[in-house]
Amino acid sequence: MEINLSIDPELVRKILTEFIRSEITRVGFSRAVINLSGGIDSAVSFVLATEALGPQNVLAIRLPFKTSSGDSLEHAQMLIDQFGCPSVTIPITEMVDPLIAREPGMPEIRKGNIMARARMIVAYDQSEAFKGLVIGTGNKTEILLGYTTLYGDSACSLNPIGDLYKTQVRQLARALGIPEPIIAKPPSADLWAGQTDEGELGFTYEEVDKLLFLLVDQRYRPEECVEAGFDEKFVRQVFERIRKNQFKRVLPPIAKLSSRTIGYDFLYLRDWGT
Amino acid sequence: MKLNLALAQINTELGNIQANLEKHLTLVKQACQDGMDLLVFPELSLTGYVLQDLVPVVSCRPESDDPFFQQLLDASRNIDLVVGFVDEDSRHRFFIASAYLSQGEVVHVHHKVYLPTYGLFDEGRFFAPGDSVRAFDTRFGRFGMLICEDFWHASPPYILWQDGADVLLFSSASPGRGLNGEPKLESSTWVEHINRAYASLFTIFVAHTNRSGFEDGLNFWGGSTVFDPNGTLIAQAPYFEEALTKTEIDLNQLHRTRARLPLLRDERPELVQRELERILHK
Repeated sequence: MEINLSIDPELVRKILTEFIRSEITRVGFSRAVINLSGGIDSAVSFVLATEALGPQNVLAIRLPFKTSSGDSLEHAQMLIDQFGCPSVTIPITEMVDPLIAREPGMPEIRKGNIMARARMIVAYDQSEAFKGLVIGTGNKTEILLGYTTLYGDSACSLNPIGDLYKTQVRQLARALGIPEPIIAKPPSADLWAGQTDEGELGFTYEEVDKLLFLLVDQRYRPEECVEAGFDEKFVRQVFERIRKNQFKRVLPPIAKLSSRTIGYDFLYLRDWGT
Repeated sequence: MKLNLALAQINTELGNIQANLEKHLTLVKQACQDGMDLLVFPELSLTGYVLQDLVPVVSCRPESDDPFFQQLLDASRNIDLVVGFVDEDSRHRFFIASAYLSQGEVVHVHHKVYLPTYGLFDEGRFFAPGDSVRAFDTRFGRFGMLICEDFWHASPPYILWQDGADVLLFSSASPGRGLNGEPKLESSTWVEHINRAYASLFTIFVAHTNRSGFEDGLNFWGGSTVFDPNGTLIAQAPYFEEALTKTEIDLNQLHRTRARLPLLRDERPELVQRELERILHK
């Protein structure tokens, strides 16, 4: 069993910047917008976009909520200053609070989803205003685990880092010159105070990336992962998470009635004709 | 005898034959100005690769009354060409095809015989498989053409070698994949490895033309190569970018290599045939 999650950052950087440039310019755009959370994933997508399109063509959006950590805002600003791109800061508190106030005692998960979707609304509004496509920031680990809000932070026009595990995103971040405090801090959705990804998931990215690499990339059966030394409960939990979250990774199914149905036998790439 | 070979490592527009044809003609002009004898385009160079339901819309016929081939055949009066396209036969089956054009004529058409239908590939859903692998004579000697998955299998290059081909022209639309910490994708490493192996094992020239660019999230990694009969890399295009890569092939190298290493002389195809008969009919 070999678990090799190392990447050559320059190779990945080359492919991903070309990808962003190709997929944006071929449909007649030259600009992009991106929600900068202050975390490592959006930092990496952001830097790749500035390299692909030029910093003047990338709008960085900061979307603080009243309970967001001050670090998040500061770290996003560090990137904006370092790469010299246009930016806007639009607090989402006034958008989100009235909805949350309708139901006293609303669970954190619902509040978090509302915030993620409010940020999506702003990103797509700025997309129209700036005439730039929305760059996604979801990595392979969180997409597989479904650790994302459907139509919230998962919504985007294109996603450059969705085939990189979190631990691989960290390798790329170093090569891109992203400030160390952003790389080193514990990953967090920052939807409520003290929230961390690893705390909420119950395992570390280091551990789960190795398991996902075997299950997904190397096509190991769950029992083979256990034989390879992973805890059985952990393997079962992760496998179930992947399965249960498939709905977040596909378009909603359309009920087939006609002889040609979108999604089943009406098959074209998005890049059709370009 | 020298052959000035150019590999047209291009990006394509998905389903836009007119735009792709214009790019072909521009490169033909450039290659002619540079004194090239043969210009090779990648797999499905006239149409793009992940065609899906566009297949029946972009098909054409490698004949002089086809509006696209008419222009390519005209262009082939000045330089030999290999172009990739969707061939629709008289019974309306669709094939992934490569045509060798020379002096206004279609010299040979190859239909891809191995259609990958696994992993990220879905060719068998949209295309019919070819059913022959034949070498053919050109004004530079006897050549063979294969398309991508055809040369992932060992038998088609072997058949062409035994059919007299001294130059194999491979074309691909190969999606890049496989990270392992190395500065090269696993797909690139593998394809280069087998290209070198065929050149070495068969003491022939192997020229591989891959494409560049993106279709949705798929990257095409370029890196087109030419290996000589010693298995030496004599030309390589850059990775991921469009390029016109030119090289002079000294066909006398066949004489020198085979004088040293008579693998072709000593090969025993009857033995292969006998054993295959036994294996297939037991």
